[in-house]
Amino acid sequence: MRHTLSVLVEDEPGVLSRVAGLFSGRGFNITSLNVAPTLEKGTSLMTIVTEGDEQIIEQIIKQLRKLITVIKVVDMNSVKRVEREMVLLKVNAQDHYRAEILRIVDIFRCKVVDVSSTEMTIEATGNSEKLSALINLLQKFGIKEIARTGVVAMKRSMQLV
Amino acid sequence: MKMKGAKILLECLKDEGVEVIFGFPGGAVLDIYHELPNYPFKHVLVRHEQGAVHAADGYARATGRVGVALVTSGPGATNTVTGIATAYMDSIPIVVFTGQVPRALIGNDAFQEVDIVGITRPCTKHNYLVKDETQLPRIIKEAFYIARSGRPGPVLVDLPKDVMASTIEFTGYPKSVHLRSYNPHYHPNQKQIKKAAGLIFESKRPLIIVGGGLISSSGCEELLWLARKLKIPVTSTLMGLGAFPGNDPLWLGMLGMHGTYVANMAVNHADLIIAIGIRFDDRVTGRLDSFAPKAKIIHIDIDPTSIRKNVNVDIPIVADCKEALIALKNEIEGYIKEEEDLSERYQSWRDKLDAWNESHPLTYKKSDEVIKPQFVIEKLYELTGGDAIITTEVGQNQMWAAQHFKYLKPRTLLTSGGLGTMGYGFPAAIGAQIAYPDKTVIDIAGDGSIQMNIQELATAVWYNLPVNIVILNNSYLGMVRQWQELFYHKNYSATHLSYNPDFVKLAEAYGAEGYRATRPDEVEKVLVKALNSKKTCVVDMVVEKEENVYPMVPAGASLSEMLLV
Repeated sequence: MRHTLSVLVEDEPGVLSRVAGLFSGRGFNITSLNVAPTLEKGTSLMTIVTEGDEQIIEQIIKQLRKLITVIKVVDMNSVKRVEREMVLLKVNAQDHYRAEILRIVDIFRCKVVDVSSTEMTIEATGNSEKLSALINLLQKFGIKEIARTGVVAMKRSMQLV
Repeated sequence: MKMKGAKILLECLKDEGVEVIFGFPGGAVLDIYHELPNYPFKHVLVRHEQGAVHAADGYARATGRVGVALVTSGPGATNTVTGIATAYMDSIPIVVFTGQVPRALIGNDAFQEVDIVGITRPCTKHNYLVKDETQLPRIIKEAFYIARSGRPGPVLVDLPKDVMASTIEFTGYPKSVHLRSYNPHYHPNQKQIKKAAGLIFESKRPLIIVGGGLISSSGCEELLWLARKLKIPVTSTLMGLGAFPGNDPLWLGMLGMHGTYVANMAVNHADLIIAIGIRFDDRVTGRLDSFAPKAKIIHIDIDPTSIRKNVNVDIPIVADCKEALIALKNEIEGYIKEEEDLSERYQSWRDKLDAWNESHPLTYKKSDEVIKPQFVIEKLYELTGGDAIITTEVGQNQMWAAQHFKYLKPRTLLTSGGLGTMGYGFPAAIGAQIAYPDKTVIDIAGDGSIQMNIQELATAVWYNLPVNIVILNNSYLGMVRQWQELFYHKNYSATHLSYNPDFVKLAEAYGAEGYRATRPDEVEKVLVKALNSKKTCVVDMVVEKEENVYPMVPAGASLSEMLLV
């Protein structure tokens, strides 16, 4: 099963390689990994999307907690959460496709952030399923480049049962 | 006070209580070595950096204190990797200091530069590159704290040359450690302890399995109480040997791949397993889905990752083994009725085990013509009365040493269990002998593995260490040959050591004493000579060439599928 883990770490050299090395060394999967500083100086938040059965996920969380530079690990699957991911897509946009591409952009509430006579760069935000659907739809025009941020997640304020 | 980085390092080590440093100098650590003679440390100059780390590891295993090694950058650092990985797999507290090129040169492929922090990241508990000289005291304090606390392990500290050479203000060695993200959990959950005690009293066929974790938590006294009070039989992993006296009637011998018949059968038939400080390694469990099929499992370990890693358990107790056993004792005492005769409780289970032990005891085919390796180990036990520190290399020598010597006390068997490092035993014996100059220290070796660190004979002789190396010389890489015999159609590819040095002459060339026995009736004579000698001794035991270690559970088979003698 897919799990999203929020991992708060000490922001020091090598911390990313400690975490990444743990996954590779123990044969765990990383579907996506996002790292950025938090409000608190000296710490970073990693959002890791990984796959595995319950026993594997339990091991991953415990092994992460065992790293000296890891402060806190939360399995976001165990809480109500908001998950978002951003993607930049450079799409073939010849004249006769433009209208259709813009319609899709509209439906998916994306933005066109750059345009030339033959290409458009589209910025889209959403959960992974939405982005995959968008990518599927745009594929027929020809996607020239793609850059995804990987998932970031946050616990919802209201934890409804 | 203003001080050079190298001096600050040594001041910190002194305050930490370090007495011995195993090391080998080089360009990047010259500043440290320049200051070293002004300090009261015993520095043991080895002949290879791997030897330094194994010796520090042997010192740590024998004493329970943190072992310290000091080496230079580049090859000095990479040579420590096997030693560090050995300590990591067996959870041994050591701190390894490596030299590094000056900070300005890091990343430039400078002479003798290597990213040792990167290399050792997966085989240390934690490691540091000291980039800011003002952080040096804090890092040293943390390194020792991390190495010894929680589940112990090796920590590496990489010291750039200019950090050691720079002069800075030193305000003293920190008194305490503040690590926000590292707080080992020692105390057991009382609810879990209650459940465990309940299970123990419900069970009909309980079995205790102990491992190295119990020894590192110094909880062996508490184990004795539990086992003897309730008369529960005890087995152990290789790493747990010595945690429970090998001459106790409740002792079943080691379990696992080369475990005794009775220990493995006990695992198969037990209805409750109390696993203390073990990690259910594949050499212990055999085929996982048929491991302990009838048993509920109580698992005590300080490391949460050990729990449910390989085996599903019913009652996990994340705690220091000793603390957990104390809590369990307090709980169990409440269950015991004064008039109850506890010795009756598991009697029929113990009778069953005794019957298995009688029908299939640990044994071998004896001989008057040729020396049997097992016979040598038995003689060693007989002559020392078990009052010795045994180290081993890896392979058949290790398994025979585990099976046929009775370990009576914790920290008397030092062996590379997890990594299985050939060449471990001799330098580890040096470390143990440095810690206990008056104890009998014996490295049980094979003719293959002894040659992996035989250069340390120079170290042992130079420091007048009466270490005994007993080589079970069968002219083979015996364990690999055994697998080839059993599973690879006797295709002895690259396992016959058709050329070995004359170990007696080699010993003498190093200034050690060399002895040889080729017949069973010579064994005792040469062992007595070696054990009585105050010098480093090498005993070349020319043993049966194609002797196998039995019982054996083939890799991947269930514990009940043992090959017997």
